[in-house]
Amino acid sequence: MAEYVLETKGLGISFGGLHAAQDVNIRIKKNQIYGLIGPNGAGKTTIFNLLTCVYKPTAGTFYLGGEEMKGLTPDKINQKGIARTFQNIRLFNNMTVVRNVMVGLHNRPEYKCSVLESVLRLPRHFKMEKQMREKAKELLRIFDLEQERNSLACNLPYGKQRKLEIARALATNPKILLLDEPAAGMNPHETEDLAKTIRFIRDHFDMTILLIEHDMGFVSELCDELTVLSFGTVLAQGETKTVLQDPKVIKAYIGG
Amino acid sequence: MEEILSTLINGLSLGGIYAMIALGYTMVYGIAKMLNFAHGDVIMVGGYLIYVFMATNNPLLAILLACIGCVILGVCIEKIAYKPLRGASPLAVLITAIGVSYLLQSLAQIVFGSASKMVTVYEFGSVQLLGCTIQVSSLVTLAVTVAVMVALTMFVKYTRMGRAMIAVSEDKSAAQLMGINVDRIIMVTFAIGSALAALAGLFYLLKAPNVFNTMGAMPGIKAFTAAVIGGIGSIPGAMLGGILLGMVESVSYKITAIAPYTDAIEFTILIVILLVRPTGFLGKKRREKV
Repeated sequence: MAEYVLETKGLGISFGGLHAAQDVNIRIKKNQIYGLIGPNGAGKTTIFNLLTCVYKPTAGTFYLGGEEMKGLTPDKINQKGIARTFQNIRLFNNMTVVRNVMVGLHNRPEYKCSVLESVLRLPRHFKMEKQMREKAKELLRIFDLEQERNSLACNLPYGKQRKLEIARALATNPKILLLDEPAAGMNPHETEDLAKTIRFIRDHFDMTILLIEHDMGFVSELCDELTVLSFGTVLAQGETKTVLQDPKVIKAYIGG
Repeated sequence: MEEILSTLINGLSLGGIYAMIALGYTMVYGIAKMLNFAHGDVIMVGGYLIYVFMATNNPLLAILLACIGCVILGVCIEKIAYKPLRGASPLAVLITAIGVSYLLQSLAQIVFGSASKMVTVYEFGSVQLLGCTIQVSSLVTLAVTVAVMVALTMFVKYTRMGRAMIAVSEDKSAAQLMGINVDRIIMVTFAIGSALAALAGLFYLLKAPNVFNTMGAMPGIKAFTAAVIGGIGSIPGAMLGGILLGMVESVSYKITAIAPYTDAIEFTILIVILLVRPTGFLGKKRREKV
């Protein structure tokens, strides 16, 4: 077992002459809740896109549990164990809540079922569908979404859509969960609730979590360690408390 | 009365053929977000393949081999022509599709010549029903179409692959990030569409036993119209649009005064529907975020 669940080495990408991310080295230990913060346009979501192979890095590489991940396709990356949510929610809007989660379960080996078995409606198909449905319900229960399981995803209120995205990502059985601004648009009460949920996920699923967030209260309460990005480069890194008191970080946030 | 019944059955069977082709357009559009204008020409290739494989003197075998041939063709077209353009501008893909269409037509002309070929797949004859003569081939077409549509709906609704298809059509990259192999889903879509096109080719041959290199063009355009009328991207929409167009065509042919304007009438319906309901009957409204 490698020391770090996720490790990036000199990771960077430039679009033309613009260095959207440059020489980013992040090391995340198992069961950590790790925060990625920085002003708007600092390259946080770019890092997520690099880690899920939506973008191909122009420099450096990254490892999941010691295995190099660079150059895979996004679906392979997901199967290896990196799952994510999106800054602007991207659910399958016209599918029901439970089916959204079931899509996440598709590639787990324990629910494997060939197209032929599925088309010929062999017993295995029904067995697997039933198991997937049960598993999906179980996940929805954690997020208090079981009641809404048969409504369309687009009809859920905003906060619940965010939760459903996390449930769908968890369904793919990741080793590390990437949350892109999970608290965006939430009121203080919902944010507090979300913090509890994230801790619960860490403990219950033995999960490692990397999250992007702007809400400093949320970050300082939840994250064990932070990386602060500014203009695509690492400004500061380390334990949350120390980092948030770093004059460079304060300057980048407040300006001056 | 007899006239009405035979017009109805003709309309339904013609509509079934359109629906079957329209399904190919609509599924590919829904999943790969592209208009595959070469789809009509796969019908033509299907026709020629049936012509070639009828040398076996076994209609069922010929149909099966033609379906397999078209599936291979469809998957190859996707791999060679469209896949490298994934992420390119929709216009580039559209032009490529038109290019593939002409390529197939020209290749067919080089291989089989420009004169049309006669193919008699099977003589079904006709039956008397409530005092009117009905072609059995129309009934067969109708029955097979209904069966195919039910099977396809079940496939999309109740299988894992179908669910993955819906997910991809909703949000391709989100689906990919949930571990779905999008390339594979697109390949399967092209395979299904092409198999349906081969069947459509067969039914055309049952109606009029001639194969020629541009035979796919008009049905292709009509079926595309049907897909748009029904709401492109929607599977029930393609079925509805196809049946509607087939009925209009069949009725219009029966009325001597307007028979010569049948095609014009069909496309006028398209224009009117696009004006009144730009998303078609069952199409989804997409609000673009700004």
